[in-house]
Amino acid sequence: MVKQNANWSPYDNNGGTCVAIAGSDYCVIAADTRMSTGYSILSRDYSKIHKLADKAVLSSSGFQADVKALQKVLKSRHLIYQHQHNKQMSCPAMAQLLSNTLYFKRFFPYYAFNVLGGLDEEGKGCVFTYDAVGSYEKVGYSAQGSGSTLIMPFLDNQLKSPSPLLLPAQDSNTPLSEAEAVDLVKTVFASATERDIYTGDSLEIMVLKADGVKTELMALRKD
Amino acid sequence: MTFTIPIDNGDAVKNAEADSQRTLYPYVTGTSIVAIKYKDGVLMASDMGGSYGSTLRYKNIERVKAIGKHSLLGASGEISDFQEILRYLDELILNDNMWDDGNSLGPKEVHNYLTRVMYNRRNKFNPLWNTLVLGGIKNGESYLGMVSMIGVSFEDNHIATGFGNHLARPILRDEWHADLSFEDGVKLLEKCMRVLLYRDRSAINKFQKYIETVQIAKITEEGVTVSQPYSLKTFWEFQAFHNPTAGAEGSW
Repeated sequence: MVKQNANWSPYDNNGGTCVAIAGSDYCVIAADTRMSTGYSILSRDYSKIHKLADKAVLSSSGFQADVKALQKVLKSRHLIYQHQHNKQMSCPAMAQLLSNTLYFKRFFPYYAFNVLGGLDEEGKGCVFTYDAVGSYEKVGYSAQGSGSTLIMPFLDNQLKSPSPLLLPAQDSNTPLSEAEAVDLVKTVFASATERDIYTGDSLEIMVLKADGVKTELMALRKD
Repeated sequence: MTFTIPIDNGDAVKNAEADSQRTLYPYVTGTSIVAIKYKDGVLMASDMGGSYGSTLRYKNIERVKAIGKHSLLGASGEISDFQEILRYLDELILNDNMWDDGNSLGPKEVHNYLTRVMYNRRNKFNPLWNTLVLGGIKNGESYLGMVSMIGVSFEDNHIATGFGNHLARPILRDEWHADLSFEDGVKLLEKCMRVLLYRDRSAINKFQKYIETVQIAKITEEGVTVSQPYSLKTFWEFQAFHNPTAGAEGSW
């Protein structure tokens, strides 16, 4: 009889939901601020949104220790890039880096569910959505995390654009105005908070535009 | 998501060495730590017990220690791992002092260091079996944070580990407010510690009289002050305790 670890798990799910929507000249990235473990709330005030570069903002939910480690890796890689190229990384470049970083730990994954939002080289909004091991796709909008199953279908209903398989390629960005997109985000989070126990407390919304970034905080149900 | 490490049954001899290097279960453990920010800094409280499974083996363990000039570290979980962490921090603070540059590691830096250490051990499947609470004040700014054994960390105005997370945190969420005076802070912490006294270490229908010794540590800009061990008043004369099986014979 060989001694086994008392089923200790190196992973935990700290919950939370992240959403991003890409517009014609803006990008909205939003996440709730609740951090949980099991049935307990650890913090009502924990930000899941991190600015990696001027035009690239990452929002991640899942296992918080892995998320933090992932952010540190990306932050340091970005610093090296800036030293080597004398400029900030573009959002599509950061998207590829994130994918590679995640796959690098394919056999002991970062348990992080990421949404990368920002502005591409032309100044249009862009959103990239990931799984835990780095497979990614450029989309017009996405939701990840514990409330994603509740939010995504509703975003599909409101924002779905012509199939990305069509030729010529159609724009997946939403024609909605910035204010309408922010309003939509507030609505979906209020709804997800009702039914997902891991989502709530408050909502952090970051709007990225060519001239800078604005952050807004909205209260959500605390139960 | 469970993740059990595959161990080859047939090679017990070869693997025994590898396994004996890894933390499997905790042996001597400390229970909750409760901490709050108050007007002049941070207050942290813990009891002085070290349990060996269900035996209350050690009754004079200090589970809160001063780190450098600005911080307090409290630990719940495996005591030997806590002592190991104190050795790491000793080295860290020593090297920091040797720079002799007028700067010193504040609570934020120590918390970050501990988070990295805990996460690193988790990555090697050999965790330090502790939940750590790091509090302190530097340049007028108070700081209070926690790190778990798998590297999950965060900061807040009040922290509690283990049972404290379930029993003390709700009280703190309700009654904590900014700029608590020292007296109010102590009263609030004692309220939490009293609840933990009654409810931690599950009791059975057999009364044991035992004295819990509690140590409260205070950290302000003046530095760390640790109180002498003392005990809280408890009341056991509630009617329900007099004949607890009155409603249901044979149950506890």
